[in-house]
Amino acid sequence: MAVTLPPFQTLLDEHAADLHRFLAASVGPHDGADCFQETVISALRAYPGLQHADNLRGWLFTIAHRKVVDHARRVARRAIPVAEPPEVATFDPDEGADRELWAAVRALPPKQRTAVVQRYLLDRPYVEVAEVIGCSEAAARQNVRAGLQRLRAELPQEVRS
Amino acid sequence: MISDDGDLVARLRRGPGSPARPAPRVPANGRMPDPPGPEDELDALVAAALARADADDLVDVAWAVQDTPIGPLTLAATAEGLVRVGFGGEDRVLDELASEVSPRVVRLPARLDGLRHQLDEYFGGRRRHFEVPLDRRLSHGYRRQVLEALSEVPYGETVSYKDLAVRTGNPGASRAVGSAMATNPIPIVVPCHRVLRSGGALGGYGGGVDVKAWLLRLEGALAL
Repeated sequence: MAVTLPPFQTLLDEHAADLHRFLAASVGPHDGADCFQETVISALRAYPGLQHADNLRGWLFTIAHRKVVDHARRVARRAIPVAEPPEVATFDPDEGADRELWAAVRALPPKQRTAVVQRYLLDRPYVEVAEVIGCSEAAARQNVRAGLQRLRAELPQEVRS
Repeated sequence: MISDDGDLVARLRRGPGSPARPAPRVPANGRMPDPPGPEDELDALVAAALARADADDLVDVAWAVQDTPIGPLTLAATAEGLVRVGFGGEDRVLDELASEVSPRVVRLPARLDGLRHQLDEYFGGRRRHFEVPLDRRLSHGYRRQVLEALSEVPYGETVSYKDLAVRTGNPGASRAVGSAMATNPIPIVVPCHRVLRSGGALGGYGGGVDVKAWLLRLEGALAL
């Protein structure tokens, strides 16, 4: 039984802005633009094969989350171990306000990162966070909690208050 | 004292903000151009992604809206050619293309540049026929046969429903010809506006009978 999928254009119209916010927040503005393009291309490739059209937003963000995971792997491979890591290495010089916080967010493990960004920046309920990461709702809550904990621990005292 | 989650969460909700941009220089006329907003940036990013997808053959239907003297037209093309011209906005047309051709329907005006240029010339009275490949997959059977015969009716001339029925070897099929016209997926380029009732009455038109009259006057087939 063939499903009726809406024109791909409607997915872009409805979700491109959030998709870009999610990726720019998760991997930085520059790499976020690359991940955004890769997400659109992967989604378009897979789109006609979708078996149902129940949750296209979740499907789209699942692809974006995988791009964040891939990005984290690439960054980890690139990283050269050094005795004293430079303190501001993860700052993006183009970034606007609250750099320290977002540098710390981008240093989170990908699941925690996606969980925190989906939950707070995009204001999604835990059930949707779970769909995006591909885990249970309980695990999504745990990822958000662990992410917040880690952010609190990593951020310098004066930035926290 | 450690700050509570509320503060951290509030900052996460605010987001990273926009990258700082150098202020543009004030041009000689003293008026500042509008700075590129986040929407322009997003549009450019989407367009870049779709151009890459197109290079990978992932765009099955490319569409664009063209403003014309008879109002906006929605144009859509497959790899084979022009598949649909719709009067007015794109919503209904895109849904129809998604279900009848492919859901990989995206806005990609570059794929329609040739036609858009020809339409400008046509509406400016500088072009008499269109030279674009057509994808006729949205019409079938006898209707398709009628629409193919219709493509032979030249600029500035008109035929009757009955004439077309005769030309396609079905002299009694005027009504079927009428329904072929009513369901023409590629109006203007496949010129169903050139088909009139026997006796010269205008008959109907998908874009409205005023538009039909306007097109016939443009072509000099109808007296002012």
